[in-house]
Amino acid sequence: MTSSSTVAPARGARLFNPTIASITLRGLLGRKRSLLLIPLPLILVGLSALVASRHASPEHSVSVVLVGLGIAVVLPLTALIIGTSVIGSEVDDGTIVHILTKPLPRREILLTKYLVAAVVSAVVVAVPMLLSGLIIDSLSLGVGLAVGSAIGAFVYSALFVMASLLIRRAVLVGLAYILLWEGLLGNLLDGTKVLSVQKYVTEFAAEISGSPLLHGPMSLVVAIVMAAVLTVGTLVVAVDRLRSFSVAGETS
Amino acid sequence: MSIGTEPATERAATPAAPAVLELANVSRWYGNVVAVNDVTMSLGPGVTGLLGPNGAGKTTLLHMMAGFLAPSRGTVRVAGRPTWRNPDVYRDLGLVTERENVHGFLTAREFIRASAKLQRLPDAEAATRRAIDMVDLASAADRRIDTYSKGMRQRARVAAALVHDPRVLLLDEPFNGMDPRQRMHMMELLHQMAAAGRTVLFSSHILEEVEQLSGTVQVIVAGRLAASGDYRKIRRLMTSRPHEFVISSSDDRALAVALMAEDSVAGVEIVAHTGRGRGATAGGLKIRAADYGRFSRALPRIARTGGIRLLTVVPADESLESVFSYLVGAR
Repeated sequence: MTSSSTVAPARGARLFNPTIASITLRGLLGRKRSLLLIPLPLILVGLSALVASRHASPEHSVSVVLVGLGIAVVLPLTALIIGTSVIGSEVDDGTIVHILTKPLPRREILLTKYLVAAVVSAVVVAVPMLLSGLIIDSLSLGVGLAVGSAIGAFVYSALFVMASLLIRRAVLVGLAYILLWEGLLGNLLDGTKVLSVQKYVTEFAAEISGSPLLHGPMSLVVAIVMAAVLTVGTLVVAVDRLRSFSVAGETS
Repeated sequence: MSIGTEPATERAATPAAPAVLELANVSRWYGNVVAVNDVTMSLGPGVTGLLGPNGAGKTTLLHMMAGFLAPSRGTVRVAGRPTWRNPDVYRDLGLVTERENVHGFLTAREFIRASAKLQRLPDAEAATRRAIDMVDLASAADRRIDTYSKGMRQRARVAAALVHDPRVLLLDEPFNGMDPRQRMHMMELLHQMAAAGRTVLFSSHILEEVEQLSGTVQVIVAGRLAASGDYRKIRRLMTSRPHEFVISSSDDRALAVALMAEDSVAGVEIVAHTGRGRGATAGGLKIRAADYGRFSRALPRIARTGGIRLLTVVPADESLESVFSYLVGAR
C-alpha cells in the first residue's frame, strides 16, 4: 500500500447513486402518504372491468375511463404524490441535510432521486393502464397506454421534483396545475395543449397503440420535443436549485 | 485577541497550513434585518464554543460555515475552500444540525454506513464500526433509530457526521436533550477530537456547557462578534468593570483594613460565611478590585507585611456567565 491516494472517488460523471436510491426508496415506501397510491390503480382497473361488463361503447369507455381517469387523474396524481415525496418530504423534515453534507455533485443526488420517483411512478401507473386497456379493448391499446403513461411519469416526475424544491406548498400547486391547467383550461383552450403533459401522453399512447379508439390531440414531433424540453429543463433548474439549497435560520 | 491559528503539527504534508475555518467580514441579512454583521474569525484545532443568546445569529453563522446559506457579504472558507455551492468541502467538514430528524426507518449502523459510503470512504465498514464505537452506540447500533431516545439519536447523528474523520466538526446545540452522563460522554468525545488536531466548533446558549467544555469562546451578540478568545482573558480585559474576588485568610478583618489602603481596591465587604471547598473558614472578604493586574500583585505583598496567611483567593466573577452578561449588557 504505497499509493498515497487512500480516497479515490470515481470522478467521472456519475448520475446515479445506489446508496441514495435505496434510502429514497425505503423512505418513499415507508411513508403514510404512499398508501394513497394503492386505491388509484385499483379504482382504474375496477372501473374498466365495470364498463366492460356493462358492454359500454369502447369509444366512450376509452375517453372517459382510460383518458379521463387514467391519463388525466391517476397518472399525474401518482407522479405528484411520489415526486414531491422523494425530495420535498426530506426538505420539510430536515433529513435532506444528511445527504447534502456529502462531497457529491448535486446532479448525482437529484438525478438519483428523480429516477427513483420516475420509475416507481411509471410502474405504479403502467401496470393498471395495461390491464385496463386490455380489459376494455385489446392488448395493443393496453401497451400503448402503459408505455405512454410510463413516458408521462418521467415528464411529470421531473416537473414535481423541481416544484418540491422551488415551492413550499408543492403538492397544492401541483394539484392546481393538474386540475386547473390540464383539466380545465386544457379542454377549453386549444392552445394550452402545447404545455400539457396529459396531451403528450395521449398522443404517445395513440401513436404506440395504433388504436382507432384513441385520438392523438397534437403532432407527435411536437409532443416528443416538448416532453423532452420540459423534462430536461426542469431537471436543470432543480439541480441548480439544490446547489443553492439553504437552510432557514433560527429566527426566520 | 484571536485564537490559536497554529498549523496542525502532525500534518507534515501541508506546509504552513492556514486556519482551518476562516470567516472574513461575513454578513448576512434578510431584507432589512441583519442577522450576522461583519464577523471575522479564524479557528484552528481545538474546541471552541460559539456562544450567544437565542436569536443572536449563531445558527445563521453555523449554516454559512456549513455551506447551507450564502453570505450576503464576505467569505467563509473551510480548509481554504469556500463553503457555498461547493460540496467538496464536505470531505473536510462534518455537521450536526440542531434539527434532529433522521430517517427513522434505518438502524444507526445503516445510517452511519450510508454516510461512510456517500463519503466514498475506501473501507466504509471499518469507518462505520469506528464511528459507532466512538459515540458508544455499539449495543444499540442494530436497532431502528425511531426507537431511540433523544440522546441516542444525537449520538447516531454525531457518528454519521464524523465517520469520515473531518478536520472540522460543527455542532449546533449538541447537548440539547442529553442527560448529564451523555453530556459528559459527548464532551469527552469532542475533547478527543480536538486532541487529535481537529477543529471543533459547537454553539450553545447554555453557559455552563461552554464553560465546562471549552475555555475558548466566540461570543455573538445581536449578530456581531462581541468577543473572542479565552473567556478568562476576555474578562481581564474588561477593565471598566471592577473584578470581584472572594478571599479567606487567617485574619480577615486585619486584611480588610490593609486592603482598604490599597489604590487598586475599590471596595471590601466582610462576608459572614464562605465555607467553600477545602480549608474553608467561617467568614471571608469580598473584594472589588479596580485593576486586576495591580491588585493581584499587591495582595501577596499586603498579606506578607501584615503577617496574614491567605487561605483562598477565588475570582468571583470570572465565570463565563458574568463575562457573558457584561458583554450582552454592554450593548
